[in-house]
Amino acid sequence: MSQVQTSVATQAILDEVKPAVLPRPVLVENNRSHAWITDKVCGVIEGKTPLWWWICFAVASAVASCSVIGFAYLVSTGVGVWGHANPVNWAWDIINFVFWVGIAHAGTLISAILCLARQNWRTSINRTAEAMTIFSVACAGLFPALHVGRVWLAVLPGYLFPAPNANGIWPNFRSALEWDVFAVSTYGSVSVLFWYVGLIPDLGTLRDRFFKRGDKIRSAIYGFFAMGWRGSNRHWVNHEMAYLLLAGISTLMVVSVCTIVSFDFATSLIPGWHTTIFPPYFVSGAIYSGFAMVLTLLLPMRAIFKFEDLITAYHIDCLCKITLVMGTLVGYAYLMEFVIAWYGANPNEGFTFVNRTFGLYSWAYWIMFTCNVVTPQFLWFKKVRANFAWVFILTIFINIGMWFERFVIIVTSLARDFLPSSWGYYSPSIVEILTFFGTFGVFSVLFLLFIRLLPIIPMAEVKSVTPQADVHGKHS
Amino acid sequence: MAAQPYGLIATFESASGVYHAAETVRDAGFKHWDCITPFPVHGLDRAMGVKRSVVPRFALAGGVLGFSSAMGLAFFTGAVDYKIIVGGKPFFSPIPTTPIAVELGILCAAIGTVLGFFFMCGFPMHYHPVLKSDRIVPALDDKFLIVIEARDPKFNLAQTKALLEKIGGQDVKELEA
Repeated sequence: MSQVQTSVATQAILDEVKPAVLPRPVLVENNRSHAWITDKVCGVIEGKTPLWWWICFAVASAVASCSVIGFAYLVSTGVGVWGHANPVNWAWDIINFVFWVGIAHAGTLISAILCLARQNWRTSINRTAEAMTIFSVACAGLFPALHVGRVWLAVLPGYLFPAPNANGIWPNFRSALEWDVFAVSTYGSVSVLFWYVGLIPDLGTLRDRFFKRGDKIRSAIYGFFAMGWRGSNRHWVNHEMAYLLLAGISTLMVVSVCTIVSFDFATSLIPGWHTTIFPPYFVSGAIYSGFAMVLTLLLPMRAIFKFEDLITAYHIDCLCKITLVMGTLVGYAYLMEFVIAWYGANPNEGFTFVNRTFGLYSWAYWIMFTCNVVTPQFLWFKKVRANFAWVFILTIFINIGMWFERFVIIVTSLARDFLPSSWGYYSPSIVEILTFFGTFGVFSVLFLLFIRLLPIIPMAEVKSVTPQADVHGKHS
Repeated sequence: MAAQPYGLIATFESASGVYHAAETVRDAGFKHWDCITPFPVHGLDRAMGVKRSVVPRFALAGGVLGFSSAMGLAFFTGAVDYKIIVGGKPFFSPIPTTPIAVELGILCAAIGTVLGFFFMCGFPMHYHPVLKSDRIVPALDDKFLIVIEARDPKFNLAQTKALLEKIGGQDVKELEA
């Protein structure tokens, strides 16, 4: 009874004040039809391979060969080819690992957390972001797998995977590095599963289009992976449920994996590492660097394939805003670390932070601070967010800054720990530099193959957020 | 003897068209029928009378299995197979094992979800009468189909065809098995 009265009263108020109906920005510009979306996205795969693709692929392969050579030299010679020496026994390997894993996180955030938050704008960018996740995890995984030197021992005698060694002793499950093995392999596997489940309907579309064009081989390949998808609504019910579950599972994963990566440092006793701020700090840093990378990849892709109607200015604006929020959070974490070091009154901890800012590695600290804290502040301005050349340049600076963040955390703390007698200065060897440089090639090769062979925009998902798909709205 | 058709197939132009048609077919009491849509049409499961998916049960089973096997692995290796004192700590403690258990739980829950999804859909199913029809190309593009199977007890070729035409179905044809 009272409820009815309330609703009547509410309605009367609503009738009187007439609240403004704010129009939501459209997610597909120019009111494109469903057939247009299919043709546009499939057209990229069905068309002839463009010349720019071959040129990019050749360059990317050449760059990737640096990694291959670097790793081959490492495995055949030993980990001494890297510049590690006491006291800095961990450097670019773990820096690059954390850098690539961090980038991976934005893909999962877009596909999982924004899915749970019902942010429909994620639909046109989630496939690319997830691809970025998988390829970044692949690049990240190379470093821990290969830093053991004799990689063939990583699995069976249990350097990495839980298996007993020659004396029958198992790996220590209290080791944060053992947690990493589980975290990263889960991250890679779940990301692939999530990506694949989302791809199934689109693979079905491609299978039938190639069959119609008489390309039986490609139809069979896409068909094999489409599992016999036929758009049945009885399947869609399961598909949507599976997708939602994977989104929920991945949300837990995105937070837990970067937390575990931060435990590599936080569970140690080194000043500058042994802090409780690390898990949230790493998660926000990861998401920040990942969003920057998503923008770095999306902006050229959108221009090359003329996807302006699908990846609209609104999408870029949303991504910039999240980048700004995350960048500001990271800046807050940088400052908060100082407050904690001062308030904790531990002289070693205090020295570490003063040393980071003004010591021998201060150049790295200020590169990090400028790139990560100052750069995103430009994104407060709508004019900057709408100027895609500027956004692209800013994201490059953020990517650089986030690499330096890991460098600062890892190297400065190790180079100046408790005893001045064990202090040192670390410089990378040429092998390390080339190996890391090569991973950008590995990533680009994988990404180029992805944009050539798979639908880069999830067609089914984008169609479902168009006005024509709304069975109750004004279009019905 | 002419082969028994698999059923009747009808095309609909819009999502709302297939939505309202599905409500009518559901109310007419059909059980073995389906809507083929290029994207998940919001609310169509209710319009069709399809029950909530049971995939979450597979996810839960996977998650529980993964979590407990990680705990079991740490217990077996630390407290049973090779007891070794590291840093004076207990042979097995659930607290440092939690990160591993959570991650393995996540992994197995995801695998369970995907396997459950495949199992509930009957995948892989590379042969199906609907896939053989040339209407599958537009149906995975921008058209919507309703397929009523001949094995449905309410199925009657002439009457069902009339029903599909009445609710707006275009080009109602028999679908070859």
